[in-house]
Amino acid sequence: MASSPLSVTRFKVIFSVCWLIILADQIFLLHYFGLSWKNAIVDSAVNVILLIAACLLVIMMLRYYLPQREKYFHLVSWCVLITIIVILVTKVILINAFRHDEQYLTFFHRSIWVRISLDLLLLGCFVLVTVVWYTWQEQSEREVIRQDAEKLAREAELFKLRQQLQPHFLFNSLNSITALIGSRPQEARKMVQQLSDFLRGTIRKEEYQWVTLKEELQYLQLYLDIEKVRFGHRLSTKIECDESIYEMKLPALLLQPIMENAIKFGLYDTIDEIEIGLKASKEDHHLVITVTNPFDPETSTPKGTGFGLQSVQRRLFLLFARNDLVSTEAKENIFTTTIKIPQHEQQSDNNRR
Amino acid sequence: MIIIDDEPLARSIVVEYLQNFPDLTVAQVCSNGFEGVKAIQQYKPDLIILDIQMPKINGFEMLELIENPPAVIFATAFDEYAIKAFEAHAIDYLLKPFNQERFEKAIKKWRDTKNQSGEKQTRQLLEDVSLTAPQSERIVIKDGSKIKIIPVQDVHYLEAADDFVKVFTKEGYFLKNKTMSHFEQVLDPNQFVRSHRSYIINLQQITRIDPYEKDSHVAVLRSGAKVPVSRTGYPKLRSILGL
Repeated sequence: MASSPLSVTRFKVIFSVCWLIILADQIFLLHYFGLSWKNAIVDSAVNVILLIAACLLVIMMLRYYLPQREKYFHLVSWCVLITIIVILVTKVILINAFRHDEQYLTFFHRSIWVRISLDLLLLGCFVLVTVVWYTWQEQSEREVIRQDAEKLAREAELFKLRQQLQPHFLFNSLNSITALIGSRPQEARKMVQQLSDFLRGTIRKEEYQWVTLKEELQYLQLYLDIEKVRFGHRLSTKIECDESIYEMKLPALLLQPIMENAIKFGLYDTIDEIEIGLKASKEDHHLVITVTNPFDPETSTPKGTGFGLQSVQRRLFLLFARNDLVSTEAKENIFTTTIKIPQHEQQSDNNRR
Repeated sequence: MIIIDDEPLARSIVVEYLQNFPDLTVAQVCSNGFEGVKAIQQYKPDLIILDIQMPKINGFEMLELIENPPAVIFATAFDEYAIKAFEAHAIDYLLKPFNQERFEKAIKKWRDTKNQSGEKQTRQLLEDVSLTAPQSERIVIKDGSKIKIIPVQDVHYLEAADDFVKVFTKEGYFLKNKTMSHFEQVLDPNQFVRSHRSYIINLQQITRIDPYEKDSHVAVLRSGAKVPVSRTGYPKLRSILGL
């Protein structure tokens, strides 16, 4: 329900001042046309009080029933009806009050059409203001709901994107642990530890949270250590990152899916030992991360972005409204994924939380 | 028997569990499908324990390459679409991680069914899996001692040849022991059309369609090859090409 304009102090002040001006105006006008001060004041007061009552009625009515766009002529009829009622009531009161004053009665009858048109004009203006007020109220309310819904949808989507932790990864890791328990219990214990820390990371971090590159790389290392246990000597990684950019920021949990994609692509597309490379650097106001993996150009046709990268792209789009932050390139037998993370916008995101 | 899995620890646990079966000898452990094919041909094992997600060619594709596949126990972490097929046809399937008890149960099951035809079961399984799997993106073929992986977009056309299908590419053709209707089902129908009882064409390869004798046409491909289009195949081609 829209709040009534009368609940706003400024509106109340304007409303009162306007009516005082109209009252004064009418008194002077009537006096100018030959009424005594006393008659002019009584006449104007009766009329203005009735008009104010009519206005309050309009505010109440429109609060509960705001006509649709095509039904605005209803409003016009209301205006006319209310004006007629106001004039009739004014007439009854004033004619009774001044029934012995011949001169006033003649003046009243002569001025009736002027009164009708004036009151109609005033009421019309007022109805217009009220309608505008309520429409504006309704729209801003709708806007709030729309924004809320949008935000919820966005959060749900981001949550979903992040939850796509591969069941393959989890079950195969558990399987490796089972194998280690028999032969190398110390390593099994370590791997359980790493897997737990990794899983805790996916649960704890929030979607809009920004972390430093250092934190993200530490987290990534957990993942890589687990994968290395799983795949043994087949998988090696090389991470190049200058310490000077350790404090640059990026959205939490962004690198792991990219790495996962590269590892899968590399491991399942060749039977050799592979090396996955990650290089982080600073370019203008962007943190640039390049991930490379080998692939076999003869048997696979990298279709732009794999599924893992699609979700990264989608996430960056939801955060920055830009589609140009993820790019891929296949050259000879090396597939390169590059992502850019703008550094200036993160401040506002941080503050929003 | 032979164990095929790309993860070393996954292989080692199977070896460990097998210590309780002194009568079973592991001929070889393999880390991918290529090694698997070779080892199976060399040792002709009674049983293989096979992972599905593996480099280059997956477990199913590997089995397709073997003429007389042995009995198979699958060991996999998670494979939504294949599980139904396992339930129907595999000797057993093990969901990783599995314990010793579960593993021994699978071996026992295999021994109980040993007398039945494992090969037929495995064939049926492969057919089911390839039909329920998402559209094929590659065709795996054995070419002599080499294994050829052909991305489907590199296929020009397919031709029926007795019990085989000739898969034509720019390097000539390769033989695959499948049926035409199998390919018709597993290939993307928007890209591959059965233009004739004995032919399936890759639409992207067609340069033009010429009339040929009465009632029939011939599709000319980029490679210059001419592929017959039958009376019933012609309207199919036209509607998909939007003519």
